[in-house]
Amino acid sequence: MDKFTTHTGVGVPLRRSNVDTDQIIPAVYLKRVTRAGFEDGLFAAWRNDPTFVLNNEAYAAGSVLVAGPDFGTGSSREHAVWALQNYGFKAVISPRFGDIFRGNSGKAGLVAAQVDEKVVQRLWDHLEEHPGATVTVDLESRTVRAGEGVDAIEDSFDIDDYTRWRLLEGLDDIGITLGNEADISSYEQTRPRWKPATIHAS
Amino acid sequence: MGRTLSEKVWDEHVVRSNEGEPDLLYIDLHLIHEVTSPQAFDGLRLAGRTVRRPDLTLATEDHNVPTIDWDKPIADPVSKTQVDTLRRNTEEFGVRLHPLGDIEQGIVHIIGPQLGLTQPGMTIVCGDSHTSTHGAFGAIAFGIGTSEVEHVLATQTLMQAKPKTMSVTINGSLPPGVTAKDMVLTLIAHTGTGGGQGYIVEYRGQAIEELSMEGRMTVCNMSIEWGAKAGLIAPDQTTFDYIEGRPEAPKGADWDAAVAHWKSLVTDDDAVFDEEIVLDASEMTPFVTWGTNPGQGVPLGGAVPFPEQFEDDQDRIAAENALRYMGLEAGTPMREVKVDTVFIGSCTNGRIEDLRLAAEILEGHKVDPNTRLLVVPGSVRVRLQAQEEGLDVIFKEAGAEWRGAGCSMCLGMNPDTLEPGERSASTSNRNFEGRQGKGGRTHLVSVPVAAATAIRGTLSSPADLEPALTSTGS
Repeated sequence: MDKFTTHTGVGVPLRRSNVDTDQIIPAVYLKRVTRAGFEDGLFAAWRNDPTFVLNNEAYAAGSVLVAGPDFGTGSSREHAVWALQNYGFKAVISPRFGDIFRGNSGKAGLVAAQVDEKVVQRLWDHLEEHPGATVTVDLESRTVRAGEGVDAIEDSFDIDDYTRWRLLEGLDDIGITLGNEADISSYEQTRPRWKPATIHAS
Repeated sequence: MGRTLSEKVWDEHVVRSNEGEPDLLYIDLHLIHEVTSPQAFDGLRLAGRTVRRPDLTLATEDHNVPTIDWDKPIADPVSKTQVDTLRRNTEEFGVRLHPLGDIEQGIVHIIGPQLGLTQPGMTIVCGDSHTSTHGAFGAIAFGIGTSEVEHVLATQTLMQAKPKTMSVTINGSLPPGVTAKDMVLTLIAHTGTGGGQGYIVEYRGQAIEELSMEGRMTVCNMSIEWGAKAGLIAPDQTTFDYIEGRPEAPKGADWDAAVAHWKSLVTDDDAVFDEEIVLDASEMTPFVTWGTNPGQGVPLGGAVPFPEQFEDDQDRIAAENALRYMGLEAGTPMREVKVDTVFIGSCTNGRIEDLRLAAEILEGHKVDPNTRLLVVPGSVRVRLQAQEEGLDVIFKEAGAEWRGAGCSMCLGMNPDTLEPGERSASTSNRNFEGRQGKGGRTHLVSVPVAAATAIRGTLSSPADLEPALTSTGS
């Protein structure tokens, strides 16, 4: 996984709450067996609508999505994270994320930055007034920034310490866990014999 | 201070715990299906890793599979590739698979409990958000993404920050005709889709204790729909009776040892939850959704709400969007909403009790000529059981389509989908835009409401039905 320290890119105001993972990528697009190429399914239903934000030239090359509360609820499909990444998004800003989506983002290297709802409102207003304006997501200082001068927006965001550290270092979870393989083996010695198994010694 | 049920189960599975790090949790059972696993197996291959515990892993084919002509090759080439990929991966890595055509095939959350693999006090994960279903047995069970699937395959563990705890106490008894589904839809309308976010929820109280295991599974299944990490119910005699004698249940002395342990899996009297919700089951009625998330629901006797009733800006905008998408006018009584397709099935309501309940209501009635009824059993075993009891005959005589096992129209990854603008009453778990097919409009309902709706062609409860016709004995 690539290291993530800070990213500045075009901000995309998605003025919607409860954007579930079926909206991010409908199930019919989940049939691929690779991790790439899911960008065509991103917000598939909405992209048919000419007024949808990503169909506006100014936002089309966006890389920081600014969404309403409860972004990424619903299905556990990590394809939702891959679709955002395949399209070019590096970070999503929202007042509240679906648990599994936030977890998947951390594993796949997409920054899910949780901010106060007022910050999202201000970012939406700013990005709509200045289409194509950029937003900075600084993981080191845990801040989001946009705009300049008296109207500048700067606020902190929440991301758990461990995920932040892993993203900053670009570390692979499985490698870290396998470093503690001895702990797993000794735990396995303590499991009761009546716990079920799917395969039985014949 | 005492501990809650979920804390007890959590603590029993901690492999490693360090300040400032998530806990490393051992996973007792890893369920796998074709959609969220191919990239995980690829990751293992790329890193030269193996599946650490194939004996704690079980795979089946459910999301993509057709529910007609299942003995023929899968027609959609992309679906076929995904299913074939699962077959190759499970073969290569030595994982037990119940493929299409196998007697144990079915929706992953139906077959775990059915085989007796789902037991109290376990940790169970699957690359599917409705893994919360297994919490009905007093297990910590939750959905994971594909990166985590790979992590569990490689290590049989997961790194997890310990969630907060919440209790949902449902006092009283459900009135006749009101089901576990109505109970959970009522709860979600009360909390909103984000209300459980960050919590493991324990459902308790008289109304929960009075539910069958199948009803408890329906409630736990929808935990994710209000954002909870997991939902669980303390195991009791109902739980033990359900498990005993199943193929993978402990036997003999192992059974006694297991039950002795399971009986300790209750929240201590002096334990404290971080959050508590209390509801009264006796006030509940059949409940249906009008919008595009599971929290947008009202009693069947109610009406489509006016967006301006919502004080919160986001809720109001969401309601406006939902009414536009659903093609509904505010103020319309829910009972006047006309339905094109009724879907009975899914990991929420695709078990044998659901089919029995549906058949009881449909017997002697005919499906409305302008409505289509799809009955999709959750597993092959459920299908065979229903046929043994003659339920399939009742369905077919009523004019329903009796299908093979799978996820089917719950998410429309197979050919069972809604057409654009088509409206369904569905016993599944999600009414998201396009969930059952692009442009499709979904109302989430209980099994009795689904069956009555199929007969009347508008959202209905069994109380709205004319008496059944006497059988002609044809």
